[in-house]
Amino acid sequence: MLKDQDRIFTNLYGMHERTLAGAQKRGHWDGTSDLIGKGRDWIIQTMKDSGLRGRGGAGFPTGLKWSFMPKESDGRPSYLVINADESEPGTCKDREIMRHDPHTLIEGALIASFAMQAHTCYIYLRGEYIREREALQAAIDEAYDKRLLGRNAAGSGWDFDVFLHHGAGAYICGEETALIESLEGKKGMPRMKPPFPAGAGLYGCPTTVNNVESIAVVPTILRRGAEWFAGFGRPNNAGTKLFAISGHVNNPCVVEESMSIPFDELIETHCGGIRGGWDNLLAVIPGGSSVPCVRGEKMKDAIMDFDYLRGELGSGLGTAAVIVMDKQTDIVKAIWRLSKFYKHESCGQCTPCREGTGWMMRVMDRLVRGEAEIEEIDMLWDVTKQVEGHTICALGDAAAWPIQGLIRNFREEIEDRIKAQKSGRMGAMAAE
Amino acid sequence: MLRRLHSEQPASFAFTPANQAWAEAQMTKYPEGRQASAVIPLLWRAQEQEGWVTKPAIEYIADMLSMAYIRVLEVASFYFMFQLQPTGSVAHIQVCGTTSCMICGAEDLIAVCKEKIAPKPHVVSADGKFSWEEVECLGSCTNAPMAQIGKDYYEDLTTESFTKLLDDLGAGVAVVPGPKNGRYAAEPKSGLTSLKDYEAGKPQYNASAELATEIGDGVKRIQGDEVPLLTPWIGKDGLVAGRTAADPTPPAPERPMPAVKQAAEKKAPAKKSSAATPAQPEAAAAAVTVDEAPETLTAARDGTPDNLKLLKGVGPKLEATLNELGFFHFDQIAKWTDAEVAWVDARLKFKGRIERDGWIEQAKLLASGEETEFAKSAKKDGRYSDK
Repeated sequence: MLKDQDRIFTNLYGMHERTLAGAQKRGHWDGTSDLIGKGRDWIIQTMKDSGLRGRGGAGFPTGLKWSFMPKESDGRPSYLVINADESEPGTCKDREIMRHDPHTLIEGALIASFAMQAHTCYIYLRGEYIREREALQAAIDEAYDKRLLGRNAAGSGWDFDVFLHHGAGAYICGEETALIESLEGKKGMPRMKPPFPAGAGLYGCPTTVNNVESIAVVPTILRRGAEWFAGFGRPNNAGTKLFAISGHVNNPCVVEESMSIPFDELIETHCGGIRGGWDNLLAVIPGGSSVPCVRGEKMKDAIMDFDYLRGELGSGLGTAAVIVMDKQTDIVKAIWRLSKFYKHESCGQCTPCREGTGWMMRVMDRLVRGEAEIEEIDMLWDVTKQVEGHTICALGDAAAWPIQGLIRNFREEIEDRIKAQKSGRMGAMAAE
Repeated sequence: MLRRLHSEQPASFAFTPANQAWAEAQMTKYPEGRQASAVIPLLWRAQEQEGWVTKPAIEYIADMLSMAYIRVLEVASFYFMFQLQPTGSVAHIQVCGTTSCMICGAEDLIAVCKEKIAPKPHVVSADGKFSWEEVECLGSCTNAPMAQIGKDYYEDLTTESFTKLLDDLGAGVAVVPGPKNGRYAAEPKSGLTSLKDYEAGKPQYNASAELATEIGDGVKRIQGDEVPLLTPWIGKDGLVAGRTAADPTPPAPERPMPAVKQAAEKKAPAKKSSAATPAQPEAAAAAVTVDEAPETLTAARDGTPDNLKLLKGVGPKLEATLNELGFFHFDQIAKWTDAEVAWVDARLKFKGRIERDGWIEQAKLLASGEETEFAKSAKKDGRYSDK
């Protein structure tokens, strides 16, 4: 288990002081101007060396992303935009950072912005997080008051502003270009790429969009060194990570752990085990709603990192939002609910997604009740393949994958239900 | 999902003075010319003040941000947090129904809503106090099931605690948000497994619940004076440091204006500029002449109006309009001066018709008892045979 002194988010549960003074006692805002004094190249190189992969779901190396920003201004300002639109079902980690340990994020915003020559940072918070917004704004106000933000921020010589902006309940605004559109005051419809935001993003200026957790870990990584961070987890999956475990565990919680922690250790150490014991485990969605579910027996030996979950199990770490389902769960219905979610949240811009999400949800709805033909399972599979990869953003893929995961792992469950419906007998499978 | 403006709309909208100041402060967060960025925060504040987003509020905010009405309407209908119909006077209950909450019992909470509030979402309860809806993941999954009521999250709910919560809110009893099963925040329920050092001295509530109890505005209609307005990003010199230090943000591309405003703006300079633009003789003619009201009648002389439809260019519709304005006879029209033509023209839908169709010349002939070509043929084929 990760030791407390190796945790970055030392006030995750808000039990220590949440004020600036409290954050400073825990070691934040310590020597920030010295870190900045070491220069852009050093910061970006250290981030690359640390092996930090973006914490928003895709796992793109953060240092590399920063290096895409122009080194010299061409007359346009650069922007850092922090994606705090945490809406992926199962994910609730950034909320704990913003309300209980907000100074990690604000300090990270300053350092990251300096590294990318940005004088302005916008934090795009999801609209529902109203108290979190108030808590974060209070922390920002306090930082301004203590001259950690504004002119000559934290004595670094860098003029820097942080603005808190919020959305109003659209999942799609977690997609970086949709977020930029929304921040410009429009409907959150993703843009075609290229141009990538690093070339033309917010207001047509070079922009980098990073997840809250990716930015909030930056100051600690720079203070303690790339080797320290890279020392956790397997190669290419470095660092510590916030895991949010929800569903049928005895103690659902958000907890910071080392990457590549075995699944059973994570569950046993922090969550008090699976409800009804390990034999009662049916399925796990290991990385938020957008990744395919995995059968319980395969999860037991799983390692929680990007490469294992993707390579070995055909799923993904995503946002490390682990949804656990025990054998009392109606798995078809659980995935149907995700289909309903994607149908609700499709922005309507691309036809395969707009029409496909509704179509898939309606078929799933019949599969829940068993009112379908066996062939329709294959047809549903085909449709998910036609939606996947044919849309501007990844929402189409995200809508397709949970269903693919269901069909791959629980096909017999769907077939049983259809047979039972046809024969009018429940548990028809047992009788056959 | 189809979202439309509500069928009944209030006559007007205005921010309270404190909310207005707040809204103007929000606009300073964005670079010059990019104030449209503030549209979501402003619409949200309008909803916090009124309980829902009204059409006048959309127009008010569009004017504040120099946006076309349709652009703001688009935003209001795209984002699901904007309630486009009236909500319960006490609170609108939003129960999270997405997978994590669903498998932990959200359907039971929804059943409570159906029973206690209304069978259907977005319908105000019989006593007018509540409305409800099932919303998508609210991002509090380790505290499932949960509901958002007003500004606050109520977490780790059971049907019992949720029912009691609704009863308390309805009775005006103060309620504390946060986990309802004895948890503090998102830590394991059975006890901390990490970060145990600070547990002893912890504040009474987690950050969200603490703010809620301190400000006490959970389900209140926001007036703007609940918390002091701070704009720390504006320095003592009145400048935003990060913005002055950076290169200027390029201006927003030109946006089309609402048609009503285009019309208003076109009209305004037309009256001012006395020099006629030769390309548009009609507009120029209207521009140089000043309006002057002609003599009008309240009813036709002897109750027998002339058949004005015999003027080429005047149909039943225009005749009715002319009658309304107080013109019933050819001789009236024949006497119009340029200034009077301008007066009438300003009140017709199709500008410039009087001159284009030569009404005055036709009227002069008809008034003197002669016939025009058009009147002849019109009478012959009985085009307007009702007279």
